Amino acid sequence: MDWTFLQETFVSLISAVPLTLLLAVNAIAFGAVLAVGIAVARFSAIAPLRWLAQAYVFVFRGTPLLVQLFIIYYGLSQFPAIRHSPLWPILREPYWCAVLALALNTAAYASEIVRGGLLSVPFGQIEAARACGMSRFMIFRRITLPLGVRQALPGYGNEMISMVKATSLASIITLMEVTGVAARIISESYRAIEVFVVAGAIYLTINFLLTRLVQLVEFRLSPHLRQPVAVLPAIIEGEAH
Amino acid sequence: MNYTKSAMKALCIATMMFSATGVHAENKTWTRVSIATEGGFKPYNFTKPDGTLDGYEIELSKYLCAHMKVECEINVQNFDGMIPALNAGKFDAIISGMSATAKREQVIDFSDSYGSTGQAFATSKSGPLAALPEKGVVFSLASNEAGAVAEIEKLKPLLEGKTIGVQIASTGAAFVDKYLKGVVEVREYKTTEEHDLDLAAGRVDLVMASMAYLTTASEKPGNEDMTTTGPRFQGGFLGRGSSVGLRKTDPELKALFNAAIAAAKADGTIKTLSEKWFGFDVTPR
Repeated sequence: MDWTFLQETFVSLISAVPLTLLLAVNAIAFGAVLAVGIAVARFSAIAPLRWLAQAYVFVFRGTPLLVQLFIIYYGLSQFPAIRHSPLWPILREPYWCAVLALALNTAAYASEIVRGGLLSVPFGQIEAARACGMSRFMIFRRITLPLGVRQALPGYGNEMISMVKATSLASIITLMEVTGVAARIISESYRAIEVFVVAGAIYLTINFLLTRLVQLVEFRLSPHLRQPVAVLPAIIEGEAH
Repeated sequence: MNYTKSAMKALCIATMMFSATGVHAENKTWTRVSIATEGGFKPYNFTKPDGTLDGYEIELSKYLCAHMKVECEINVQNFDGMIPALNAGKFDAIISGMSATAKREQVIDFSDSYGSTGQAFATSKSGPLAALPEKGVVFSLASNEAGAVAEIEKLKPLLEGKTIGVQIASTGAAFVDKYLKGVVEVREYKTTEEHDLDLAAGRVDLVMASMAYLTTASEKPGNEDMTTTGPRFQGGFLGRGSSVGLRKTDPELKALFNAAIAAAKADGTIKTLSEKWFGFDVTPR
């Protein structure tokens, strides 16, 4: 093991972490909004809206992310109509092409996770909300969505981890995130093992922190599953006096 | 344990002796030379539909062999296994568009270069960079580095703030990193085809690659708008160019090839043949 080389590699790769994180955060944020929209559309009373959502999920879940990335980056730019459209300033940039591809892809998977979560909300709770006189939107906002999200969280945590790893594909469209920099160091030094081990360790660290974060959110969202806090009996005792 | 060790030792010695007697011969006079080529690397060497070989290196080999007064036999071999096969004595020389790199030089020997296409720029025909000065003029980093650096300084104001595409870890990438860092924005691509696509799309203003590649690429459908522009750079850290690969144990053959290549350079054979096959002069300088 050549420690100086490992150290140099680590320093170069760390400088690429902000881009990896930025890609992941943006893709997950845009993807989540889209996912909720698609999941809601799947429950819509309007049939064409349901079909559209179904078709979207079918296409984006059924094709490789790499192919989607290539089509968005290299494919769309072949059409002069797109190069002259107002969308071009966004599609011209490899960064936004990567965010777009990642977000569209994660939205398809996440919409199914959200749909599963929404379906798992017990009907009794919705019925109770109705009995309280809440409107349909209010029921969705106050009951179905929070409870659904809580159910969907473990599955969605998986999807977020997948997205962090999927950002490595952005290197093929010239973005120098962690894997891109790793590939460059390897083609200059011919030392694949050291570089990939360091890159792997960086992804592992990011995903470790991410899983902790998801666990924390899960903990906060499920107070009903925890033991009542120990101070309570003391207060009750105090009141008894 | 000890037994296996000594057995291994014996095996090693045996292999060494075999390879020594099989390949190495003191002061050998060469009458027959067996040459390996890939036969699929246009325009260097390629196989015609009737099965015969043709290309820049095939014609040049005929000239070199005539000059060395030896009988030559050209065989088609896989490029991947050529270096080990040469060292195993399957043939005597590699003439297959092989660049003399430092890494290969650890294992085999190389003659002087018989063709250096160098690194060049390409841009869009309608773009503002299509009219860069000194188009096609060759600057050597080996024989006149000061001249090449002065030329780069002249180009810098014209390239300021432009985006350039190069293949990752390629010679072009090394050139841009060394001379144009901070002047241009660099995008690195896995393959050269990908930077051509982005040149066509207008995402990059300029690409840098081997002149041989750019000439072929600009003739491909979809690249109608692509044109080479500005000066060409070769030599120095850009590599010595294509050379004949030889065993380290055959210095006589290397001397023969070097003399023949020098003659081909001097009488203009390399210039004539390269203009025929590449469309430009690849004479190393």
